[in-house]
Amino acid sequence: MTRPMRRRAALVPIVASAGALALLLTGCGGGGGGASSAATQFTYLINSENTTIPGQLTALADDQCKAENTALPLKVETVPQTNLDQKLQLLAGQNSLPVMYAAGNAPDLTKTLDKSGNVVDFEKALTDLGAIDDIEPAAVSTIKALYGGKFNVLPYQYNIEGIWYNKQIFADAGIEVPQTWDELVAAADTISKTGVTPFAASGEQGWPLTRLVGDYLFRDLGPDALQKVADGDAKLTDPEYVKAAAAVADLGAKGYFGQGVGSIDYDTAAQQFLTGKAAMFYMGSWILDSMNNPDANKIGSDNVGFMPFPAVDGGKGSIDEYPANVGLPSTLNAKVYDDKVGAWLGCIAENYGSAALQSEGSISGFKANTEVTGVAPLTQEIQTTISKSTSSVLWFEALFSTKATTTSQTNAAQLVTGAISPEDFMKLVQADLDN
Amino acid sequence: MKHVLGDKRAIAILLGPALLVYTLVMLVPVIWSLGYTVFEGNAITGFTFVGFDNFVRAAGDPKVWDAVLFTIKYAVVVTVGQVFMGYLMSLLYVFVLKRSSGIIRTLVFFPVVLPTVAVALLFQKMFEVAPTTGIVNTVINAFGGDSVDWFGSGANAFLIIAIMDIWRSIGFYGVLLYAGIVEIPEDTLESARLDGATGWSLVLHIVIPLSLPVLLSAIIFSVNGTLKVFDSIIALTNGGPGNSTSPLTLYMFQTSFSYGEYGYGSTIALLLTIICLIVTVFIFRSSRRDLTKA
Repeated sequence: MTRPMRRRAALVPIVASAGALALLLTGCGGGGGGASSAATQFTYLINSENTTIPGQLTALADDQCKAENTALPLKVETVPQTNLDQKLQLLAGQNSLPVMYAAGNAPDLTKTLDKSGNVVDFEKALTDLGAIDDIEPAAVSTIKALYGGKFNVLPYQYNIEGIWYNKQIFADAGIEVPQTWDELVAAADTISKTGVTPFAASGEQGWPLTRLVGDYLFRDLGPDALQKVADGDAKLTDPEYVKAAAAVADLGAKGYFGQGVGSIDYDTAAQQFLTGKAAMFYMGSWILDSMNNPDANKIGSDNVGFMPFPAVDGGKGSIDEYPANVGLPSTLNAKVYDDKVGAWLGCIAENYGSAALQSEGSISGFKANTEVTGVAPLTQEIQTTISKSTSSVLWFEALFSTKATTTSQTNAAQLVTGAISPEDFMKLVQADLDN
Repeated sequence: MKHVLGDKRAIAILLGPALLVYTLVMLVPVIWSLGYTVFEGNAITGFTFVGFDNFVRAAGDPKVWDAVLFTIKYAVVVTVGQVFMGYLMSLLYVFVLKRSSGIIRTLVFFPVVLPTVAVALLFQKMFEVAPTTGIVNTVINAFGGDSVDWFGSGANAFLIIAIMDIWRSIGFYGVLLYAGIVEIPEDTLESARLDGATGWSLVLHIVIPLSLPVLLSAIIFSVNGTLKVFDSIIALTNGGPGNSTSPLTLYMFQTSFSYGEYGYGSTIALLLTIICLIVTVFIFRSSRRDLTKA
């Protein structure tokens, strides 16, 4: 009697732990399976750095999209941008992506998600809702250029990029706004002699430097320069491509980016420009937020000018083709898309443009359907430039794999400090494109 | 007790839960990961069988070999640094500070308990060149030298990683080796002294041979820890500039989770496992030989 009894008691921990594990495993599986059925909340996963979109959506949920929010309440979750790709891959693997999510750091990942049926085709969805006209055509063309001809993400942001400059420093140095690359280099030279750093740039981020390489390529070889690389018709190691890297490396060799460019992070670079320590700052129009903020902008927003990336002498590209992007875009999960989600999408398409411009002065790819008043002059200037522009280009890594993008951006600082040669830089990136 | 342990069912009951958990969280993923080495793909796209393509690719991937070289260089430099400095510390505790070493031991041990990220930030700021000049560059400037961009080149960045990781773990190895040296019988030391051994000859001929087992444990700890280095590098340089300070672990992590190539990432992980295994076996064999001699 006592022996079997004792044995049974001793077996309890095993049974219990096996049971707990079984529960754990089925729990994980259940979470995955459940999400693919109809959504009960309008869940939104976004990088925690972006506070604009969640703020705007929350405001819409209380106002214009109240009915949609009652049917399907908005719920925002955040993840640091550097962990976003990993998180998306895991969630997609478990079939439990949220209703709306930031679509990944590189278009490559979004395309992969699309192939596995996780991304809504907005061309069709918005046409069905009769809301396709709520999107700026320029934004749609940028998105299609990025995602292989598909309208796969929502343009919560629409940015153009160019060089912001300090009008006062330019006037003091007696220089005009440069129209060509050679004039830009000459201007930088003049400015550096006055003791001001010509360019503020974050080498820690890397992309502000590789953007210059990409833009030089677009101006020199034409807007299809990097499409050719993506298609395998040209290589970054070709002499005409290396020339662009050499041009940017040359700026670094002359010390135009200031000291320790590899350690300068994004905020520091912005601060250098906004406190008048640097004369020029290559950045996208998302920086308008800081430019218009008197607490951040010590040089005054009327002292800030915006010029397009200059032309390259004898180049095929035009100075009017602004590099454009849609920021870190968000998309909808096709697996849980239904009428309630569609209602949200329609409401966002109709109202987001004006709401974001009105309250944050942020420019999106949604049309501003209601009149917006009191827009800052600098924002107005950029908005006008966007609506006037007829064609745009992408950026250096836009069509690269995640791996080549990482290699490009982590080696950018070395390119301008001279630690690696322009040939080696291009060779490293090309090597990752090849495999 | 003997009765209980003689019963196979009792053993099964005692080991069962731990073995089950170990199998589920350790062995299954390890074997799973091993299986991935002959597949390519990720959680989104699914997996396709590619045979030994991943191994062929790894053999011809210069980044893998750069990472292997860096890993080995790091392991050798940091292990030598950690154990050597730790040994010096323990000698200091035992022979110089003697009974009053408590407070010094505590102070030197302090960096061990600090979070890695905090230490990395501290070193980043110390060696900073821009936007503000860090303390190291300030000192260089004071002596009339130009500021050095410490994180701008791979060689300098490696130097700082090595300094940081050695500084961080001196305290740990100091205490570990102290425990070994303090156990050496006082009469042995006394008789050696009577025979005329002093200073370095005492350390070389008496202290080191007698503390060899604990010294070897320290080396095994250190080698295996340094081969798998991840957190301190990711926090200090994130593998940069470029990938000049990327160890295998970081390359494996990026490959699997950033580039979405689980199969290739697993192949790199297998390579790291093999390296760890070879080194451990090598050290164990040499230690066994030494012990039989003694």
